[in-house]
Amino acid sequence: MSFITRGFSGRSHERDERLPPGQTLVHDFPVLSAGPTPEIDTAEWEFSITTETGGVHSWNWQQFMALPIDEVDTDIHCVTHWSKLGTSWRGISLDTLFENVETQYDYVMAHSYGGYTTNLALDDLLDGKAWIAFEFDGEPLDPEHGGPARLLVPHLYFWKSAKWVRGLVMMGEDEPGFWEQNGYHLHGDPWKEERYW
Amino acid sequence: MQHVDGNAIAGPLAEFFAFDITTAVARCNGCGFVAELARAMVYTSPAGSVLRCASCEQVLATLVESDDRAWFGFSGVSAIEVRRR
Repeated sequence: MSFITRGFSGRSHERDERLPPGQTLVHDFPVLSAGPTPEIDTAEWEFSITTETGGVHSWNWQQFMALPIDEVDTDIHCVTHWSKLGTSWRGISLDTLFENVETQYDYVMAHSYGGYTTNLALDDLLDGKAWIAFEFDGEPLDPEHGGPARLLVPHLYFWKSAKWVRGLVMMGEDEPGFWEQNGYHLHGDPWKEERYW
Repeated sequence: MQHVDGNAIAGPLAEFFAFDITTAVARCNGCGFVAELARAMVYTSPAGSVLRCASCEQVLATLVESDDRAWFGFSGVSAIEVRRR
């Protein structure tokens, strides 16, 4: 039945509307890294948010896992032209983590174990748009995919979803992170193909 | 002191960049290790290549390529040394 419909409508040649321009669907989960994979024990893991006053809000793994957990089903888009549809994650919403954080600053630098950084607008992290994810596809997040926890900002290209995230530092101005200093776009909206400078 | 625009260094830099960059010697800003770039550790991915110091793993340089452009960043290197002959 379905193959007849597809044949007549030519749907197999239609572009999936969930794919941003210039993207190709993949079913595996490619690994892209800028360096060695840090091995971080959850006993030593810590995540913090630092504001302009020097105030630090921090969580160890136990405190982090006691926060309300979101189930996230989302598409992800890598700047290297692959997209993966309907991925499932579990994580803590940035709305939850920012609940008691007072800041006048509009930008954030995400810092990772291993030294990676990426810049984001606070608006891109709040209102149900971003998480610190610790589970992918029902399993603890593999170190090569950013475990024990990574940033998940699925409406931006995936380099913004910093693996091995350890903290967010508020910034008054938008300053480039690691890849953004070296050719990639400050914002990275896949629907606008914000790939490079 | 008057300055002129960047075209003034076109000649010297044309000579400077006409070499195999892997033979250039760089000093790591992180630990001070001095070595040829060919000795650096390179992590390649479709997003770009990252050269790291063989001694301390700090990022020395990056190479990002798009279809029509390329970016070579030297964020972890203060200067590079090139043999003139």
